[in-house]
Amino acid sequence: MKRVEAVIKPFKLEDVKDALAEIGITGMTVSEVKGYGRQKGHSELYRGAEYVVDFLPKIKMEMVVTDEMVEQVTSTIVEAARTGKIGDGKIFVSDIEQIIRIRTGETDNEAV
Amino acid sequence: MKRFYLALLALPTLVFAEDTLSSGDTAWMLVATAFVMLMTPAGLALFYGGLTRSKNVLNTIGMSLGAYAVGTLVWVIVGYSIAFGDGDIIGTGKVMLSGITSSSLTGTIPELLFVAFQGTFAAIAVAIASGSMIERVKFSTFMIFAALWIVAVYAPVTHWAWGGGTTLNFGEMDFAGGTVVHLNAGVAGFVVAMILGRRKDYGKAAIKPFSPVLVVLGAALLWFGWFGFNAGSEVAADGTAASAFLVTNVAASLGVIGWIAVEWLVYKKATLVGGASGAVAGLVAITPASGSAGVEGAIIIGLIGGALGFYGVAKLKTMFKVDDSLDAFWIHGLVGIWGSVATAIFIADYAMPENYNMGSQLVSQFSAIGLTIVYSAIVTAIVFFIASAITGGGRVDEETESRGLDETVHGEKAINL
Repeated sequence: MKRVEAVIKPFKLEDVKDALAEIGITGMTVSEVKGYGRQKGHSELYRGAEYVVDFLPKIKMEMVVTDEMVEQVTSTIVEAARTGKIGDGKIFVSDIEQIIRIRTGETDNEAV
Repeated sequence: MKRFYLALLALPTLVFAEDTLSSGDTAWMLVATAFVMLMTPAGLALFYGGLTRSKNVLNTIGMSLGAYAVGTLVWVIVGYSIAFGDGDIIGTGKVMLSGITSSSLTGTIPELLFVAFQGTFAAIAVAIASGSMIERVKFSTFMIFAALWIVAVYAPVTHWAWGGGTTLNFGEMDFAGGTVVHLNAGVAGFVVAMILGRRKDYGKAAIKPFSPVLVVLGAALLWFGWFGFNAGSEVAADGTAASAFLVTNVAASLGVIGWIAVEWLVYKKATLVGGASGAVAGLVAITPASGSAGVEGAIIIGLIGGALGFYGVAKLKTMFKVDDSLDAFWIHGLVGIWGSVATAIFIADYAMPENYNMGSQLVSQFSAIGLTIVYSAIVTAIVFFIASAITGGGRVDEETESRGLDETVHGEKAINL
């Protein structure tokens, strides 16, 4: 089991969610986050004074999938979230040791 | 004789030979006075409030409201007498409006209405100066300062320009208050900012405006009120008033264009705070010329006024180390100087005095500018020291400054979510 975390541009959230639903992903956790990568921040101007704002608004999506699904999920996210411009985001994949569904007590792959 | 003629041009109130009341003029001046009233506790309050950090919005708005209230009180007690009483250096004889009845006339309008109209000018002048000192001056100090400043600075300067004083009147053309209101207030603000010192965060942390939306709304209200300010300065409902109304509108629009055009060239962005500031700069620039400039003149005066405002705030300000919080000097002082100079240069054919000599008029303008700067700077400093002494120092303590003045001084917040 793997956890897939994707940091994407906020306006791409609906596209990515729909694309993931099409390949059978049934759940995810989404949070509004701020950050920057190679593109750095942006600047704001007030009466001739320039202020650099480092952190840009982003969306972080988290979901846990079976090992077999990982590649399909990541390629779907890449396809749906890509604009080709700087600041499109990143995907992180990590191992998950154990899953337990609270309602039924099911574990691991059954609980994904 | 020429000087006498120019004095008449600068002060329409003296022009009236007849002394019968005109209900048309009176009706317009009642409305114009109400227009100008709106400029201080609504227009300037929102313009300045929007530019201030969120923790000091109410304090900033409070200074406009407070200045208006104190200004009105001081004006009827002694300010009007100093400004428009009889006398050369200062006026006397009208303390508590003594001798003025409801049938007294100034030109063709009731003198009581003229008192009210001019009182709104005194109030906005000191409210403009508050923009330089906000976010660190004590509210109590400012209120006392406002009262003393109108008595010792605003009223005498008004007397020299408009009130009949001759020794210190250099024949300046100042239709609606370029040097009297704007340069005077800008210099005063700058001097107090110097005495107070910089804000703790100035030059170190980002000092962002609370709300550019309020800045634009406030500027629009100022623009609206300015029609009363400039067209009302004719003290009659006539062709000159109409001309002043039109050129005021044109110059303000060109001020917007001038500011954002330069901003676009420098930063590749046209900001709304800039556009609103440009409108105010255009209005300041046309004020002394509003009774004499034509539309062509207004276009140039406004365009340069807007561009100069940006240049002052974005470039010249960094050369001086003075923390003029909301740029009162750069927008009202620097642009006010431009407006005063431009008044002598751009005169419409129909307003051109006989045997007009631009060179000698420019000397008159510069003399009045010089006198206003020197007098305002020195006496403002004295008055501020007195106000500080009365309130045990003019600046709030460090903790108050960093927590913001809204909660600590007023016990209120601008927004409760």
